[in-house]
Amino acid sequence: MASSTPALRVTGLSKSYGATVAVHPSSFALPAGSVTGLLGGNGAGKTTTIGMIMGLIAPTAGSIEIFGRDFLKDRYSALGRMNFESPYVDMPHRLTVRQNLAVFARLYGVADVEAKIAGLAESLALTEFLDRPSGKLSAGQKTRVALAKALINDPELLLLDEPTASLDPDTADWVRSRLEDHRLRRNCTILLASHNMAEVERLCDRVLMLKAGRLVDDAAPAELLARYGRTNLEEVFLDVARGRAGAAS
Amino acid sequence: MMREQSFSLRRVGAMTLRYSYLLRSSYPRMLEMMYWPLVQMLTWGFLQAYLIGRPGGLAGADATAIGAGSLIGAVLLWDILLRGQQGFSFSFLEELWARNIPNLFMSPLRPTEFVVSMMTMSLMRLVVGMVPVTLLAIWFFGFNLWALGLAFGAFFAILILFAWSVGLFVAGLLLRYGLGAENLVWSLMFVIQPLGCVYYPVAVLPAWVQPISWALPPTYVFEGLRSVLIDHALRADLMAMGLALDAVLFALAWWSFSRLLESAREAGSLLQTGE
Repeated sequence: MASSTPALRVTGLSKSYGATVAVHPSSFALPAGSVTGLLGGNGAGKTTTIGMIMGLIAPTAGSIEIFGRDFLKDRYSALGRMNFESPYVDMPHRLTVRQNLAVFARLYGVADVEAKIAGLAESLALTEFLDRPSGKLSAGQKTRVALAKALINDPELLLLDEPTASLDPDTADWVRSRLEDHRLRRNCTILLASHNMAEVERLCDRVLMLKAGRLVDDAAPAELLARYGRTNLEEVFLDVARGRAGAAS
Repeated sequence: MMREQSFSLRRVGAMTLRYSYLLRSSYPRMLEMMYWPLVQMLTWGFLQAYLIGRPGGLAGADATAIGAGSLIGAVLLWDILLRGQQGFSFSFLEELWARNIPNLFMSPLRPTEFVVSMMTMSLMRLVVGMVPVTLLAIWFFGFNLWALGLAFGAFFAILILFAWSVGLFVAGLLLRYGLGAENLVWSLMFVIQPLGCVYYPVAVLPAWVQPISWALPPTYVFEGLRSVLIDHALRADLMAMGLALDAVLFALAWWSFSRLLESAREAGSLLQTGE
């Protein structure tokens, strides 16, 4: 029987640092298997929102349900079924790629560690780098290793914070293809924070627009284009960022 | 769905494996773990030999204590304390330097498992760094720490528990305040050296400092060492008090670590760890 429980539901989620509100109360739910983009300029609250969903930042108010369970009260029942990737978080440089992946595979309780690493290495073109120290890889190779770590437990919920930042267009496109593959194979729910509008248009079936910590719009990419009368998401993004008429009109 | 265990030796093993990979990846670092304890042992061992051997040298209780190895014994136990704490803290610092904290804290790894893996690494680092030095002390100066038997076991337990308490407290500060607190890893334990009466009896301290000294578990170890070497008696009362204080301080350190971890989540600093 197909479950109607969303993979992720946040209700009235907010974060303040003293008098500064980083994220105003926001609510949304992500159906299982969906890919949702979190769009917004610098300081819009994307990373804070993702940080709260990962359990790394304590919300000031609101609730987070992951796979139907209260994440703030019982994060460990969900963490083994989630993972995340960000170019701003690294892995130990002196360990080889294989060693790093082996450690995370054991942390996540992967059954056959060697086979899992071999499979990921093959699908992410990492086989020739497996025994190289992680610190000696190029930016593109590091991103692939980070993606391998993010997929090591076949996550049902994947949080991505600008997964293709600083990658050349070819490598970025290749990474997007791997993410699409994973989503289709595992019916994985993906929440993706990005500045890359082409990436969001390609991958996401829904977009949450953030501005100054507020959720200002929530729709499918095509709906947003129609609503703002634009031909691409970059123009919509600029409309929202610059406060031009759009959804409100 | 498989239910996640609340404490998993597999995850502790994963973290210990990670740190052992790091340890094995650099032989100079492994040698360095032995280097400072060796230098200390040689310096104090030769000083001890000089004090005993010089014409018209020490007399009375001083001669008995130093002749029995109280200086070299103290320096070896001091290094167990210092290296025990640094071994714990170093594993934690590796995570901060590598910007790996977010990966760990959003994995199923529990804080207790993380802490147990750092304790394990602290022991492994002590084995690598201290065992050869204690054996060399037998060869150079005829001082056999292992011959203290049960007393050594009690000394070790008190010292390592205190080392972990300090390490845990500093780890909490590092989580909350980042690498700005790194200097505490290398310097905090040195406050204990004068107050813990490593090389001299508590009676030497001014009266108002003595209660502070007796509030520190290592004091009971170093007083106990002198008792064993001079009177050939293991003071069970000192050991019991040292362990009781350790239990209190470890509980306080765990509480502080938990509070600082929550505070780091509140402040959003877990996502901003690293250089």
